[in-house]
Amino acid sequence: MSTEARADLITGDWGGGVLPYRVGHRKLGMWLFIISDSLTFSSLLIGYAYVRASNVWPTPFPFSPSIIFSSIMTLCLLSSSLTMVMGVSASSRGDKERARKWILLTIVFGLAFVVLHGIEWKHLIDEGLRPFALPHEWAERWPGATPLFGATFFGITGLHMFHVITGAVYLGVVAARVKKLNHQDIEISGLYWHFVDLVWMFVFPLIYLLSIDAGKVAH
Amino acid sequence: MTAHAAEAEHFAGSNKLFIPVWVWLLAITGFEVFLGYIHLPIVYMLTILMGLSIIKAALIVAYFMHLRFERLNLILTIVPALVICICLLLAFFPDSFRSSKLRYQVKQPAPAEAP
Repeated sequence: MSTEARADLITGDWGGGVLPYRVGHRKLGMWLFIISDSLTFSSLLIGYAYVRASNVWPTPFPFSPSIIFSSIMTLCLLSSSLTMVMGVSASSRGDKERARKWILLTIVFGLAFVVLHGIEWKHLIDEGLRPFALPHEWAERWPGATPLFGATFFGITGLHMFHVITGAVYLGVVAARVKKLNHQDIEISGLYWHFVDLVWMFVFPLIYLLSIDAGKVAH
Repeated sequence: MTAHAAEAEHFAGSNKLFIPVWVWLLAITGFEVFLGYIHLPIVYMLTILMGLSIIKAALIVAYFMHLRFERLNLILTIVPALVICICLLLAFFPDSFRSSKLRYQVKQPAPAEAP
């Protein structure tokens, strides 16, 4: 069989030639990383739901500041995703300078998220919330409530915040080297950033919206 | 190299597409916050919130991560396996509901007995 015929056969059978998924190896690598990372976050969130369903759980978040802060944080992350797609789209047109500006704006939104989240953490720490202890008022208001509230809250939001910080650093490197990178590299950094946004879409309702302090004791 | 050229070309989507997606995501988020303040039983709340979050995640993955414009075999490699793995984790919940009944119940302190 001639080499040409064999190449035809492989193409015919596989339909993808050397790139069966029609994405480069780096992009495929990022997708695989995203799969493994989403399993990490799903395990944490399901662990949280497990502990919550088998315990008395405090619902302490007041409208102000917690829900206002976390809603603005959601707005920041969603907007940063929009600016990131704008950056990727500029890069696909070959406009690297504009892509850099959009990516820098994305970093600004990401850092705004981290700062707001830091303030929100400080509120709770000042109130007396610790990874393995509840503030006294909460313990009195929800008798028998599990001290694991703090562990799940700081664990999940902390890991997410770590991802945002890592993403901001990653995008910083991409913005600095944007001229040397090809379009696919920029697209890959976008994939990571959108994934961080996506995780927050689950953390925000599960951690915050299901623990709103509606002025009555809920179990 | 031709494959790479094809890769660069097939990036689809425009600002006309992304901005409505972003508006939808914001609108769904706003609705979720609103839901937090109408008093629904937690099971309904959880179901609605998770349903909306899955819609949001799908919008992000399909349009922002433009998985919708990728080859079908990439989508089939990534999505079903992940969904099945996550659903398998739900197998733990019967134990969680069981242990909620086994826990020490905090009672109101009894009045001190006379000596």
